[in-house]
Amino acid sequence: MNLDFLDFEQPIAELLAKIEELRYVTTDSKINISQEIARLEAKSRELTKAIFSSLDAMQVVKLARHPQRPHTLDYIERIFTNFDELFGDRHFAKGTAIIGGTARLNDRPVMIIGQQKGRTTKENLERNFAMPNPEEYRKALRLMEMAEKFQLPVFTFIDTPGAYPGIGAEERNQSEAISRNLFAMSKLRTPIICTVIGEGGSGGALALGVGDKVLMLQYSIYATISPEGCASILWRSQDKLAEAAEAMHLTAEKLFKLKLIDQIVSEPLGGAHRNYEVMAQNLKQALIDDLTHLRKMPMDKLLQSRYEKLMSFGR
Amino acid sequence: MSWFKRLITTKISTNYSDKKGVPEGIWAKCNACNAPVYHAELERNLFVCLKCGYHFRITARQRIDMFLDKDGRYELAEEVRPVDRLKFKDVKKYKDRLAAAQEAAGENDALVAMKGRVKGIQVVGTFFDFSFIGGSMGAAVGEKFVCAVDACFAERLPLINFSASGGARMQEGLISLMQMAKTSAALAKLAAADIPFISVLTDPTTGGVSASLATLGDIIIAEPGALIGFAGQRVIEQTVRQQLPEGFQRSQFLLDHGAIDMIVSRHDMRNIIASLLAKLLHLEQPPADEFN
Repeated sequence: MNLDFLDFEQPIAELLAKIEELRYVTTDSKINISQEIARLEAKSRELTKAIFSSLDAMQVVKLARHPQRPHTLDYIERIFTNFDELFGDRHFAKGTAIIGGTARLNDRPVMIIGQQKGRTTKENLERNFAMPNPEEYRKALRLMEMAEKFQLPVFTFIDTPGAYPGIGAEERNQSEAISRNLFAMSKLRTPIICTVIGEGGSGGALALGVGDKVLMLQYSIYATISPEGCASILWRSQDKLAEAAEAMHLTAEKLFKLKLIDQIVSEPLGGAHRNYEVMAQNLKQALIDDLTHLRKMPMDKLLQSRYEKLMSFGR
Repeated sequence: MSWFKRLITTKISTNYSDKKGVPEGIWAKCNACNAPVYHAELERNLFVCLKCGYHFRITARQRIDMFLDKDGRYELAEEVRPVDRLKFKDVKKYKDRLAAAQEAAGENDALVAMKGRVKGIQVVGTFFDFSFIGGSMGAAVGEKFVCAVDACFAERLPLINFSASGGARMQEGLISLMQMAKTSAALAKLAAADIPFISVLTDPTTGGVSASLATLGDIIIAEPGALIGFAGQRVIEQTVRQQLPEGFQRSQFLLDHGAIDMIVSRHDMRNIIASLLAKLLHLEQPPADEFN
């Protein structure tokens, strides 16, 4: 089994392996190898299309959590220029699960804030598996308020299993760190564009998720609780994980239909992790279009429509 | 069974166990000290154990009866009802869970909004009902809360919320998570108009309710011994693989860590809140109630 591929992608992996093998066959054989390779490559694309056209919710969850999936820093590198990382909530900690700072988008200054997952165990330990502590939400709030002061639009990138459930996190009032961000973001006097790039886990995701536009990448997820948590509480069994994931309506497609998000950003064939450049280009274009639109709105109108959208949830 | 095992809150989720409510029958047993108490006497004592001071969980209507003045009550957004938008079904259909909860609690959903007075001071109160699907917040709770905030805004009335909730209602998917943003945004509007909001945290206040409206009060009060926190205790134990400290996530813990302004017993609640409000609103000091 090829570990770069998820379980449901194994037929694709097998085909690709066959193609690789063919490439090393010496050319003196009778059949035209390059033709055969082209044929198999076309077949692999068709197969990928077929598999990805009917993904179930749990398969999307796996893609959203794929270790090779591009994370916040991968997008910062490809979409923005001149990123200056800024640290600290000024009271307690530097903050590594949430990164933030100023940058430029098409030469114009902006503020970026996002959760950062790691790829290796070491990186994940450093990033606390992208599960922020309260001071990291406070750092995010500090940067958002700075963005308001200097009229920089805010881009948030959401990718977290959830806010960190720890003893220290409770001592330092995780609840208030989250609620304060919801409170402040609802009235921040600068455009806010939020993108769920991978895992949108619960209140820990929402604390960076209140804005004028909320985008989701095609194979990202956004939910009140993890499917594992939901299955264990409501079904009392992990055997019902797939059923829980389906019932929760956590995919971009379903959330768009429910009008809880504004836009879905297409992923390259086989998912964002198969082509970072194409994914970043798609997202960059969407962000630029949205920002251009939002910049045209007078501030009071922007805030009013942000407020009205929040009020519409569940109506 | 130890108290923390009864709580199954996982992050922003629903808590179903409601074994700490007021027991039926002539005699009741205190959940904390096991002392037998005469039910009528318990009721007279605002459902606080006469022996040890344990605060029983009470319904929204019981809370309203002991908190607001008897006259001048007017219910808001009574007509708002929950909708099963996802056609959610786990081991039970959400629709059936709702019907059962409505039947048992005699409420449309887990929040009651009421205009009224506290010692003559006009207020709007919102009251969570933990007996209704763990006081969980879905679209109807969010909408009722926003209606209450709008009433405060329109008439410049202070808002007092009594929370008792396991968090967001999972059966409503992301709609429930968005109620956190919705209620917080409404409170931001109220705050911008300099209208006071007093948040009273009662047992339990966790997950999505704790991480939104409940922690946004100008003044935050907790009832004694209430469980208050973001994450559920089992989740924390499994994550940190350590035993949780004594009294973790209880009212005193929150006070000691600077998360709340004060702990107020049920008997003093009206006095303290009326006294606070009168100062914030520049009214004369209201006379203190003599309890019993």
